[in-house]
Amino acid sequence: MTAKAQQPSGSRYEIRFSGSGGQGLITAAVIFAEAAGVYGGKYVCQTQSYGPEARGGKSRAEVVISDQPIDYPKAMELDLLLAMNQAACDAYFYDLQPNGLLVADSSLVEQFPTSRIIAIPFTEIARNEIGKAVVANMVALGAMGVLSGQVAVEHLEHSLLSRIPPGTEDMNRKALYRGVEEGSRINIDTLPRALMSDDYDM
Amino acid sequence: MHVPARELRQEYLRHDKKFPHVWCPGCGNGIVMGSLLRAISSLKLSKDEVVMASGIGCSGRMPTYLDFNTLHTTHGRALTFATGIKLANPTLTVMAIMGDGDATAIGGNHFIHAARRNLNLTAVIINNSIYGMTGGQYSPTTPFGARSTTSVYGHVEHAFSISELAVTAGASFVARSTVYHADLMDKLLEKAITKRGFAVVEVISNCHVQYGRRNRLGDAVEMITSYRDNAVTVRKAAAMTEEELEGKITIGVLADREMPVSTEEYARIRKQAQEKKK
Amino acid sequence: MSDLNGTRQLLQGNEAVVHGALAAGCRFFAGYPITPASEIAELFSILLPACDGTFIQMEDEIAGMGAVIGASLAGVKAMTATSGPGFSLMQENLGFACCAEVPCVIANVMRGGPSTGLPTSPAQGDVQMARWGTHGDHPIIVLALSSVIDSFTITAKAFNLSEKYRVPVILLSDEVVAHTRECVELPSTDEIRVVDRIRPSVPPDWYTPYEGDARGVPPMASFGDGYRHHVTGLIHDKQGFPTQNSSEIEAFHLRLAHKITRGFPEIQMSREFFLDDAEVAVIAYGSVARSSLRAVQDARKNGIKAGLLQLITLFPFPRGYVSPLLSQCRAVLVPEMNMGQISREVHRVNQTECRIVKHNRIDGQFITPTEIYKQLIKL
Repeated sequence: MTAKAQQPSGSRYEIRFSGSGGQGLITAAVIFAEAAGVYGGKYVCQTQSYGPEARGGKSRAEVVISDQPIDYPKAMELDLLLAMNQAACDAYFYDLQPNGLLVADSSLVEQFPTSRIIAIPFTEIARNEIGKAVVANMVALGAMGVLSGQVAVEHLEHSLLSRIPPGTEDMNRKALYRGVEEGSRINIDTLPRALMSDDYDM
Repeated sequence: MHVPARELRQEYLRHDKKFPHVWCPGCGNGIVMGSLLRAISSLKLSKDEVVMASGIGCSGRMPTYLDFNTLHTTHGRALTFATGIKLANPTLTVMAIMGDGDATAIGGNHFIHAARRNLNLTAVIINNSIYGMTGGQYSPTTPFGARSTTSVYGHVEHAFSISELAVTAGASFVARSTVYHADLMDKLLEKAITKRGFAVVEVISNCHVQYGRRNRLGDAVEMITSYRDNAVTVRKAAAMTEEELEGKITIGVLADREMPVSTEEYARIRKQAQEKKK
Repeated sequence: MSDLNGTRQLLQGNEAVVHGALAAGCRFFAGYPITPASEIAELFSILLPACDGTFIQMEDEIAGMGAVIGASLAGVKAMTATSGPGFSLMQENLGFACCAEVPCVIANVMRGGPSTGLPTSPAQGDVQMARWGTHGDHPIIVLALSSVIDSFTITAKAFNLSEKYRVPVILLSDEVVAHTRECVELPSTDEIRVVDRIRPSVPPDWYTPYEGDARGVPPMASFGDGYRHHVTGLIHDKQGFPTQNSSEIEAFHLRLAHKITRGFPEIQMSREFFLDDAEVAVIAYGSVARSSLRAVQDARKNGIKAGLLQLITLFPFPRGYVSPLLSQCRAVLVPEMNMGQISREVHRVNQTECRIVKHNRIDGQFITPTEIYKQLIKL
């Protein structure tokens, strides 16, 4: 029994959430993927890699979004990178495509590898305004949602509320919308243009 | 109620192509098999509801001869298969027939966990202190100093007690008999089969061919007679010192306790999960 | 049946295996925790009690496999899931299931080996082991999963094949497939074809438990339903009793082999992409088939007539699909996350001038489209 398929190559949008274990990056990526896929009707692939430790260590989670079925499930050239600490920023910056966007938590990343950066103090906002540093991932999720243009905010909220512990809805919703507000303030066109522009590495 | 042996043979043995059996003349396995049939007969169990699983070794061949739902599994694993059968169909009466090496060496882990798990199963362990079928190598119940084909200079390890292991591991019912004490064995097996929970019956048996011969214990009759001479009841043993118990075989019920049975507990979990779903 | 059928869901590969199994009628799972397969056990432990099924965590994988066989003999569709080290332990009882023709499904979420290996990295090192891991000659079916929807549909298919042919079916997943979440529309209950084992239709006295039907597959009675019979891992005659008779031994082996051979058209599954005019092709399976599809499309964009044959059935090796491709193409590339376990099968069936090029990765990393593309343009 064999199936024949002619699969057109669709346009892909690739996002990576990176930082250290325990920052909730996989949760953020899963919520993003569910919002875009289940509620937004797009094809999504969400993957992650992590070390054996449950806390600390490097953590990264990716979401690939497309209007077509997705073949390769992992990111190849990032359109959007979230770096929630310096190590992740340094390690993954080079995976961005030339016009890609780097979003860094300016509370934890001090040295920016490029001037084409969106720096938002997610952790400080979470700690000082929401009251818990642990929801920094949700603040970042809100900003990433807006900046990606790949997902509706209400879909993010819907997905978020179905995946968090009961009793934390208000805090998480507040964090998400605070991030949305931060993201909406950014005018991507005013960012410096990419300096490098090399061809697709093939 | 006494059922003549002829009737038991007629009722429970498989008559086409299964005989002669593989056991040596004088082997204790046949005595255990007879006792099991008497117990099953007296409990009036339907042959269709009895599942008999075994492992590998001389004991492993027993189910082949019997007209039940029978399963001859891999070495040491009888209890794992029996666990699957019992969980899949708790209405069946499931027994595992094993040897000492089978149940407590290669299957030792399964044995202690089956006891801990406390499923409604019956484990019958025929303990002849040797690997008979493979040619007489030492097993976990071969005594210190004994000779076998892999301890020709005398065994340097110590044996453990299968029944005490079962008690400690949490079995609901644990009993020991010898092949000499056939009447006792009948009653212990009946109790074990009807026991709610994991029940173990250890039967001390003779392998005069592989064990007796190498350790100058005589033929089948002499070995079986020695069980008569060395057996002490649980009550009697309780009043004896450790030195007095040296070389003795304690027979009778070693543990009989009521505990939650995991099949019943799981039925409760199911109900809970189904109510939650609604 | 799972509640998710007919709905759109974001699921992990491992979760989809569970939903596929439940849809096919699986009601028993026994296993032992191991990365990267544990999510399968965890989800079964939640869902099985609610549908009158049974989950049990055993003391090791040997016991898990034993319990699965026991449940199947009692008439309940059963599976287990593990990764390399556990799969090694299962081989003994897997052989029993092959010999006694007990339907069951074993998911092996491959990780890097040998031994404890690389617990959280992808690999495809257990391919030949899945075919030949247990001792002796025996047929077995090995299917490779490449996506979340495959994890659902191919798992369901695995149960159907296992029931129909009375043979264990091995599902090979890997860390990438197991942990990738994708948005999938699960088929509704009535869209899923469920095959159950053939039960004896004769009265119990006439039942010959190991006599094959026209397809060579014996009807299977469950323990407890009145057809008392004997099941053994010894080579047995048609009645199920051990035999030393050489003609009975040979007949036993041949029947086991032929029942699978007769089922080739149904058992052997593959997918073809851009093969009609292909001059070079990739033969790939599992997660690597996805990297390959991307590379092939990139090659097409650059004027290379490349195609992809994705193998779903790895064993019995689908030479019926591979051989014509070898005649058609000047070269084929076989990318694998091992040292070349399927490429050796491709070599074995190659009777043409076609060049077979291996691309192997054994460093715990997923093969990227770029790597495959670079090899493709050199063919």
